[in-house]
Amino acid sequence: MSSLSRDDVAKLAGLARIEMTEAELVELSSQFGLILDAVARVQEMDLSGVKATSHPQPLENIARPDVVLPSLSPEDALSGAPAQEESRFRVPQILGEAE
Amino acid sequence: MALPTYDEVIAKWDPVLGLEVHVELNTASKMFCSCATEFGGAPNTQTCPVCLALPGALPVVNEKAIESTILIGLALNCKIAPYSRFARKNYFYPDMPKNFQISQYDEPICFDGYVDVEIDTEEGPKQFRIEVERVHMEEDTGKSLHVGGATGRIHGADYSLLDYNRAGIPLVEIVTKIVPGTGKYAPEVAKAYVAELRDILRGLKVSDVKMEQGSLRCDANVSLKPIGSDVLGTRSETKNVNSLRSVERAIRGEMIRHAELLNEGKKVKQETRHFQEDTGLTRSGRSKEQAEDYRYFPDPDLVPVTPAASWIEELRATLPERPSLRRKRIKEEWNVPDKEMEAMINADVLDIVEATVLLGADPTKARTWWLGEISRIANDQNIAVADLAITPADVAEIVALVAKGELTDKLARQVVEGVIAGEGKPSDVVAKRGIKVVNDDGALMAAIEKVCAEQAETAEKVRGGHLPAAGALIGAVMKETKGQADAARVRELLLGHLGVQ
Amino acid sequence: MIRNTAAQMADALAKGETTSVELTQAHLDRIAAVDGQVKAFLHVDSQGALAQAKDVDARRAKGEKLSPIAGIPLALKDVLAQKSVPTTAGSKILQGWLPPYDSTVVSKLKAAGVVIMGKTNMDEFAMGSSTENSGYGPTFNPWDLTRTPGGSSGGSAAAVSAFEAPLAIGSDTGGSIRQPAALTGIVGVRPTYGAVSRFGLIAYSSSLDQAGPFGRTVLDTALLHEVMAGHDVKDATSINAPVPAVVAAAKSGDVKGMKIGVIKQLQGEGYQKGVQTRFDESLQVLASLGAEIVEVDCPSFEYALAAYYLIAPSECSSNLARFDAMRYGLRTGDVDGASAEAVMSATRDAGFGREVKRRIILGTYALSSGYYDAYYGSAQKIRTLIIQDYAKAFTKADVLVSPTAPTTAYKIGEKVDDPMAMYLGDVATIPVNLAGICGMSLPAGLADEDNLPVGFQIMAPAMQDQRLYQVGAALEAALLTKWGAPILSKAPELKGAK
Repeated sequence: MSSLSRDDVAKLAGLARIEMTEAELVELSSQFGLILDAVARVQEMDLSGVKATSHPQPLENIARPDVVLPSLSPEDALSGAPAQEESRFRVPQILGEAE
Repeated sequence: MALPTYDEVIAKWDPVLGLEVHVELNTASKMFCSCATEFGGAPNTQTCPVCLALPGALPVVNEKAIESTILIGLALNCKIAPYSRFARKNYFYPDMPKNFQISQYDEPICFDGYVDVEIDTEEGPKQFRIEVERVHMEEDTGKSLHVGGATGRIHGADYSLLDYNRAGIPLVEIVTKIVPGTGKYAPEVAKAYVAELRDILRGLKVSDVKMEQGSLRCDANVSLKPIGSDVLGTRSETKNVNSLRSVERAIRGEMIRHAELLNEGKKVKQETRHFQEDTGLTRSGRSKEQAEDYRYFPDPDLVPVTPAASWIEELRATLPERPSLRRKRIKEEWNVPDKEMEAMINADVLDIVEATVLLGADPTKARTWWLGEISRIANDQNIAVADLAITPADVAEIVALVAKGELTDKLARQVVEGVIAGEGKPSDVVAKRGIKVVNDDGALMAAIEKVCAEQAETAEKVRGGHLPAAGALIGAVMKETKGQADAARVRELLLGHLGVQ
Repeated sequence: MIRNTAAQMADALAKGETTSVELTQAHLDRIAAVDGQVKAFLHVDSQGALAQAKDVDARRAKGEKLSPIAGIPLALKDVLAQKSVPTTAGSKILQGWLPPYDSTVVSKLKAAGVVIMGKTNMDEFAMGSSTENSGYGPTFNPWDLTRTPGGSSGGSAAAVSAFEAPLAIGSDTGGSIRQPAALTGIVGVRPTYGAVSRFGLIAYSSSLDQAGPFGRTVLDTALLHEVMAGHDVKDATSINAPVPAVVAAAKSGDVKGMKIGVIKQLQGEGYQKGVQTRFDESLQVLASLGAEIVEVDCPSFEYALAAYYLIAPSECSSNLARFDAMRYGLRTGDVDGASAEAVMSATRDAGFGREVKRRIILGTYALSSGYYDAYYGSAQKIRTLIIQDYAKAFTKADVLVSPTAPTTAYKIGEKVDDPMAMYLGDVATIPVNLAGICGMSLPAGLADEDNLPVGFQIMAPAMQDQRLYQVGAALEAALLTKWGAPILSKAPELKGAK
C-alpha cells in the first residue's frame, strides 16, 4: 500500500506554503494512503505508446496582437491589498532571495 | 594564505563556463497581458488582473514576443521547434504574483544553436564557438523596495514594498551548453560572447539591450577541473553582472576564488553568488544545494506554439547581416585602420557612422566628426553620443556643406554645436547664427586692407619677408569677418596684397 | 409568478404583463422567505439587482431590442468575479474581496440585461460534491433540508430548485453542475470545454473547468446557454466558433432516428436501485419516441476517477498558489517580526479548508520531481484513452447516456469525513470533463425508495451541445406527459413559502 508519512506530508506542506498543525499532518497522512492507492490504479494500465493530453481541444497558436490596452488604475490594483504604502503593496520582511 | 594569481590558477586548472543571458524584449505590451511596458511609470499604474494574478485572470501570449524569440533563435543558428509549449515553474516569492512563472521547460521554442566569437590574444586572433542549448520565452517579476535595512538590501529589511509594473515584461532566456576549452581566455571569451549577443540582438531590433538598465542580464556559471581531467568541478552561479567589463571580472574572480579553495583541499559550494561592482568580488547568496522542486508542468491556460515552416523562412529572410561580418565588410570598404575600427566599436558609434556614410558622407570625414568633435562634446556633457540631438543626417549635411565650400571646418564646428544645443537642423543653425563663409574676395580684400592699415608696422614686417608675422594679420582679418572667412584664402590674398610669396 | 419558467417570464415581460422590477422583487421576497432554511446564497445584492432591473425596464420602454432573457433574475455561483460585489469562491481566504473587474460571463449577462441577484454558495474553490466544503457552511437540499443539494454548485442548484431564481450559473470541473442538478430535480448543462470563457472564473482545474447554465426546464437552460457562451480573446483556451443552436434544438426536441449509446461502464453495479430504474425507464421513453438504443463499451472509464484525482489537484495546487496574503484576500499571522513566508503559510492554513488543503498537498505530490511521470504524466495519458473511447463511441451513437449520479441526495455529514466515498459520487460525470465534451443532466423522476430526484445524463461530442438539448427536450416533454406535471411540483413546500 502506498502511503505518505507524516514527514512526507510536512515537506509537501512546506513546498505548498501551508502551515499545518501536528494533528492535521497526521490526519492527512492517514487519509492519503487510501487516495494514493486509488490513484495508483493509473499505473495498472499499459500506457506505453500513448501520448499525453494536456488539452481537450486541439487548439494551437492562440496569441494576441502587441497592442497596449488600458491598465487598472492604481487604486483598483491596490483595492484588495492587506497593506499598502506609497501606491505599493506592503508585505512583511522577505527572508528568501529572488531567483 | 594569499589568493593565487591568475597565472597560477590557469597553470593548474581548466575552467568550464556556462552563460545564461536574459533579454527584455521591446514589445509595446507585456508577455501575457496588454499592459504597457514603458519604463519609469508611477508604481502599479501598468497592471491588470492578469499581471497582478487576481483570481480568475488568464494569460494570452503576445504574438510579437513569439516572433522576436524566433528571430533571436534564427540569428543564433538554432533549430526552431515545430511544437513547443509553455510550462509553469512553481515557487513562492512576493515579486511573482502567481507564485509560478510562466516559462518553458522541456519544450523550448529554439534549441541547438551557436555563436562564433573572436578574441585578441598574444598569439593573434582566436576563434571560439559557443554552443547555445536553448532560447525560450518567459516573464519578468515585479520590483521590490526593501525598507528598513541599512543599505536598502533585502538583508535586515523590516518590510518590502512591491510594484508590479514590471511583472509580466517579456523575457527571452538564452542558455549556452557548457563551454570548455577556453583555458586562460575564459573571461575574455565570456565577455566577447555577451558582446556579440548584444550586437546581434541590437541588430534584430528586438531589445534595447542596455546592461546598465537591465534589458540584458547575464548570469555566469564557472567551475574548475584539473587540466587534463574529464571530471567537471562544482560550479557556482554569479548574478548581478551588469556590464561587459563585469562579465570578465566576475569570471576571473570566480576562477581565482575556486582555485584558492581547491588548492587548499576544500570544496566549492554549489551556490548563487552576487557580483560586487566596487570590489570585483562575489558575495555568497542562496545555497543551491537545497534546490527548490519547481514541479514543472505544461501550463493548461496556454496552447502549444507551432510556427509554420513557411513563416520561419520568411523571418529568416529578414535577418540582418551578422555583426562580425558587417564589421569586416565596413573595415574593408572604408579602409579603416585597426585602431580606428576599435575606437568606433568601443565608443559604440559604428552604426551611427555607417548611417552617416549611407547618406552620402565620406567615411573618413564621417568618422572624424563622430569620433572627434561630437564625442568630445558628449564626454563633456557626460552622455552617450547616441543620445545627443545631432543625427547622421545632420552630420552628412554638414560634411556636404564643407565639401561644397559653404562652410569651413571651423564654421562647421559652430554648426555642430548649434545642432546639439537644439537650435535646429544645420540649415536652421546656419540661418539663425548668420554663419557663412565669406567667399567674396572683394569683401576679404576690404578687410585685409583695413587690417593692414591699422597694423601698418606688422604689415611692413611681412612685406619685408618676415612671414610668421602674417599670423597676427590673418587673425585680425578673421576677427574682422567674424570668423567667417576661409583662413587659407585670407592668407593667400594677404600675402599677395603685401607682395610676398 | 416565481413558479413560472424563465421562458414564460420572458414572454410576460415582452408583453408588458409584468416588469423586471416586479419580477426581481418577487424573487427577492422568495429568497427572504426561504433562504434562511436553504442557505443557497452567500450574498444577496438587492440594491444592485433592483437597479439592474430598473435599467432593463427603461431600455425596454424605449423600444430597445433586448436579449430573450433580458430582465430575468439569475443566481450566480460565487466562483465568478463580479466587479465590486463580494466574491469568495466559497473560501474564507477571499472573505470580503471585491473584484475590480467583471468576468467575461458577467459582462455578457450585463450586456444581455440579465439581473444578477446575488452570489451562491459552493464547495470551497469548487472542490467537493456536496457544498459541505464551503467555508461558510453548507447549503441544504430544498427536497429534504437534512440532505445535501450536491456540489460544488449546490447553492445555484438549490436556488433554482427552491424557486429563488428561475436561472442560475454554476461551474463544472468533475460534474459540479450536472450532479447538483440531478440531486435537486432541475436541468444543468456543462458546455463543451472552451465554449464558455474562463476569464474571471476563479480557477480550480484549468483544463477541466467550465461555467454553465441551470434552469428548471431544458428550454430555460438553453436560453441562458446561448447568452453565456461564445469566444473570448482574453481566454486562450476559448473556441473560436459560433455557439451551437441550442435554443432551436430545445424547441425542436425530435429524436426520431437518433442513436442513443448506453455506456456499459456507467450503470449497474454501484448504482442505487431507484436510480437505475428511472434510468432504464427513460431509455424506454426515448425508444418509444423513435430513438435507437445501443450499448457502447468504454473500458478506460474505469480509470477516469483516478486520472481526475491526479490532474485536478495538480492543476489546483498551482492555481491556488496565488492566495498568499500579499495582494488581496485574508492576511493573518502578521505579528511583529513575522516574515512574508510565515504570513503566507499561516494565512493559507487559516484560510483554506480541509478538502482544499488535501487536494493541494496531493497535487504538490503528484507534480513533484520523481513522481511526475508516474502520477500526473500517466493521468494525462489515461485522458487520451478516454478521448479515444468517446470518439469510438460517438461513431456508433449520436449521444451517450448514463445516470448522472450513482445515488440520490445523501444526508449532510454522511460522507464528509470519507473523502473516497465522496469522490465515488463523480464516477459518471468525470469522463465528460476529462474529454472536454459537453453533458446535461435533466430530471428522470424520483427514486422509489426515497422519493428523491434522479438525474438522467446526456453526453454529446465537443461543440455538438445542441444534441443535448434536442434529446433532453424530447425526454422532458415525454416525461411531463407521463407525470402530468413538472417534477418540482412534487417537492415538499418550504416553510414560510408563499
